Amino acid sequence: MALDEIQIGGLGARRKRVEDARFIRGKGNYIDDFKLPGMLHMETLRSPIAHARITSIDTSKAWMTPGVHMVITGDMAAQHNLAWMPTLSYDTQAVLATDKVRFQGQEICCVVADDPYIAKDACEVIVVEYDPLPPIVNPKQALAPGAPIIRDDKAGQTNNICYTWEVGDKENTERVFADESMQVVSQDIFYPRTHPCPIENMAIISDYNSATGKLTIYLTTQAPHIIRTAVALVAELPEHMIRVIAPDLGGGFGNKVPVYPSYVIAILASILLTRPVKWIEDKTGNLISTGYARDMYFHCDAAIRKDGKIQAVRVHADTDNGGFFSDAQPTKFKIGLFHSIFGCYDVPYGYLTAQGHYTNKAPGGVAYRCSFRITESMFFQERFMQTCAYEIGMDQAEFRRVNFIREFPHRTTFGFLVDSGDYDKCLDLALDKIDYDGFKARQDAARKQGRLLGLGLSCMSEPLGAGNSREYDIIGIKMFDSAELRVHPSGKAVLKIGSKTQGQGHETTFAQIVTHELGIPADDILVQHGDTDNTPFGMGTYASRSTPTAGAATAMVARKVRAKAKKLAAHLLEVSEEDVEWELGRFYVRSAPNRGVTITDCAFAAYTNMPDGLEPGLENNAYYDPPNMTWPFDVYVTTVEVDPETGEWDVLKFVGVDDCGVRINPMIVEGQLHGGLAEAFAMAYHQMITFDSQGNCIGSNYMDYMIPTAWETPHFELYEVVTPSPHHPIGCKGIGECGCVGGPAAFVNAVVDAVAHLGVRNIDMPCLSSRVWEAIKYKKDVSGTPPLPGQ
Amino acid sequence: MPEFRTVQCVVNDEPREAEIEPRLLLVHFIREVLGLTGTHLGCDTTSCGACTVLFDGLPVKSCTVLGVQADGHDIVTVEGLGSPSELSPVQEGFHEEHGLQCGFCTPGMMLTATGFLEENPNPTEEEIRWALSGNNCRCTGYMNIVKAVQWAAKKMATSGISARGARG
Ligand code: FES
Ligand code: FES
Repeated sequence: MALDEIQIGGLGARRKRVEDARFIRGKGNYIDDFKLPGMLHMETLRSPIAHARITSIDTSKAWMTPGVHMVITGDMAAQHNLAWMPTLSYDTQAVLATDKVRFQGQEICCVVADDPYIAKDACEVIVVEYDPLPPIVNPKQALAPGAPIIRDDKAGQTNNICYTWEVGDKENTERVFADESMQVVSQDIFYPRTHPCPIENMAIISDYNSATGKLTIYLTTQAPHIIRTAVALVAELPEHMIRVIAPDLGGGFGNKVPVYPSYVIAILASILLTRPVKWIEDKTGNLISTGYARDMYFHCDAAIRKDGKIQAVRVHADTDNGGFFSDAQPTKFKIGLFHSIFGCYDVPYGYLTAQGHYTNKAPGGVAYRCSFRITESMFFQERFMQTCAYEIGMDQAEFRRVNFIREFPHRTTFGFLVDSGDYDKCLDLALDKIDYDGFKARQDAARKQGRLLGLGLSCMSEPLGAGNSREYDIIGIKMFDSAELRVHPSGKAVLKIGSKTQGQGHETTFAQIVTHELGIPADDILVQHGDTDNTPFGMGTYASRSTPTAGAATAMVARKVRAKAKKLAAHLLEVSEEDVEWELGRFYVRSAPNRGVTITDCAFAAYTNMPDGLEPGLENNAYYDPPNMTWPFDVYVTTVEVDPETGEWDVLKFVGVDDCGVRINPMIVEGQLHGGLAEAFAMAYHQMITFDSQGNCIGSNYMDYMIPTAWETPHFELYEVVTPSPHHPIGCKGIGECGCVGGPAAFVNAVVDAVAHLGVRNIDMPCLSSRVWEAIKYKKDVSGTPPLPGQ
Repeated sequence: MPEFRTVQCVVNDEPREAEIEPRLLLVHFIREVLGLTGTHLGCDTTSCGACTVLFDGLPVKSCTVLGVQADGHDIVTVEGLGSPSELSPVQEGFHEEHGLQCGFCTPGMMLTATGFLEENPNPTEEEIRWALSGNNCRCTGYMNIVKAVQWAAKKMATSGISARGARG
């Protein structure tokens, strides 16, 4: 009898998480929980101003502070060739400022002391003198004639542009726009700067052992293997003598992908002092200096046929990249996968241009719960689709339906291959659950009573799970992932993976994949990750790629192990391999199904009773290079009520329908969606980072940068549709970020819909009550773009 | 050299005594001096609640209390929930309802919930959401945290066990 897969925690089981056991008892292993013998503590001094030449740094008093072991300046770092470091976008970034500071919060010095309080005291007595320069806080200022060149350190840099990029078919796009029968709709929208800010900030312990030459780095990183290679290359250390351990991470959301200056200095300090050095960032440091996301200005024109079919789109995006171009993204692309825009719609022609700008703000451009700028593209897409529907006078849902892709695979206008989905089914379900048909009447009736109701719809398919390796790499390293599986003699197993959980529950779900393939109960499988000495090389966890890549590798390695187990089974059953059949957890003789051996029997035989000529042991590894991205499809629809007096708005109902293919653990999928949708709501509602004209960051702590609590966050009602990925070994698609990517447009569309009858087409995020009130009062769009001097 | 003060308090039912700097925050006293690292530190502004402990039974953000202020008081941290053999209803609820992901907010969240349920063992959803509104979670979207607290309330009602769990 085959095993009951759900009962043993296989595919589809709502298996309770194994990680919980330590977390709910306060026994997690976050970096700040580690104490190494002889450990010192580091603190970083940051620039209070956004743009200035440094004229002097006096560290003498800090050196004299009792308990201080070392004060490191940019000049000292330069002696070790570490004043600058490469970024993930082939730019350079200052580790410690030597010439000038380029954003508020930039790192200037680091102090290493006996305890963190002493290190902080010593930072207070360092005297830095600045010669201020005019700060630039948005792309318009960056391009203004006479603007100071922020990156004057770069030979040949004569302006503040950090990249330009284009894709698509310009000629044919223009040809369509020239056709006078087309209705052209245009819109400008701003996606404000936002910050992932996991509750746990950045942290490192660097431990250099001078006796062995081994460098062990405990790091808040989502990608430990890439970090190991980067450290080896940048610091010119032998890679086999570097061990990166990413223990439990208190969230990541893309914020823990880059290498940050204080990491580099902590490593340098531990080598120079030959003692472990710990650095724990504070929240303000996190919010003002580490990888932000978005900060993008979008313009789009669409040429639409009389029947509502979009015939061409012209897209332009300007990004504000901060002082250093350090976006974490695949090499080929300068604006991530922004060109995934309109991916679920059949748009014959498109032309997309983009330009990046240096400004006096923190660098970043990280994929905040997002697969490389897809969040921006899906937000703009769905905001713009709503505007188009209003302008051509077509129903929101109908307009999307008319333009949906229905045949797969489909090559999108900007080159992606969308391989699966059932869009109508998802949309029908979502519209039914929100009572779409009845809404118009409710909206009209409410308006008659002076109440404002709105409905917002957002549909999207995003490419998740980078690579394939032909097109996707990070600093030259191809985007595959890996798994290694070892089955012990008693049939218990250890799985080691190249990706790294930050709360997604890899230790729970990856075991379920092995259970599905081998019938070993999930409770008998230990999943290890996050330690480069003990796991195979992988690209890490971000961009919703773990299940599509490392999850696929896990299935593949389990199949390799099963293939070997089959040989052992044939040997035990004394039949030829061709006569052996498999059912979950058991091989049996085809002609005599009662004669069988379990996977545990095979495991034992692999070490105790192998046939002549068969290598002992039952283990293997797999490196998986996906043939394509996975293409989930999601529909989010919400209704809101806006208070016409105050502009305050409340979510009445939120419905999500997600098709992420096969769900390994539905409980975890739902949890990921809840989390992503809450972050979507946060961005639409009140989570805001902005800058004043001097480049001061407004939003530098949790009092100003308000992330929503249980009180504000709405209910999310979720439904599922399943169209398996045609190429993933078990049919899964990425899901971790979908809510965060597709959610914001649903909320903003709903708020705009509530006031659209007043002629309003756009309110930039966050839809603060003051902005919504302004839209109602003045019957006009409300821009969230930062004001320029003189405005 | 900084002067030191003696602190005597009860932490998780055990009497503790230490000489500490007067400026040492309670959260650092708990983590660094007592070695109880389940209490976390997330922000600098008394906003996130990752550092929440029970201070004489009330949820308090330990990043905004000095260690010396604990002198003569009773502290409960996450390590004091449940017993070695048995989880408290709140701990069990968080596990059963998938009320945690990265786990960083979880100790603070559970202590707030524990203090709250001791006061209000039969809360409405709205009351739960309001009670938890001093604790940030970046991962879960709160839906399952609310369910976890409801689960704990139910367990308390049916078993008669307190929110903090059976002692001894
Ligand atoms: S660390 Fe105490 S409230 Fe955030
Ligand atoms: S579980 Fe990660 S912050 Fe709450």
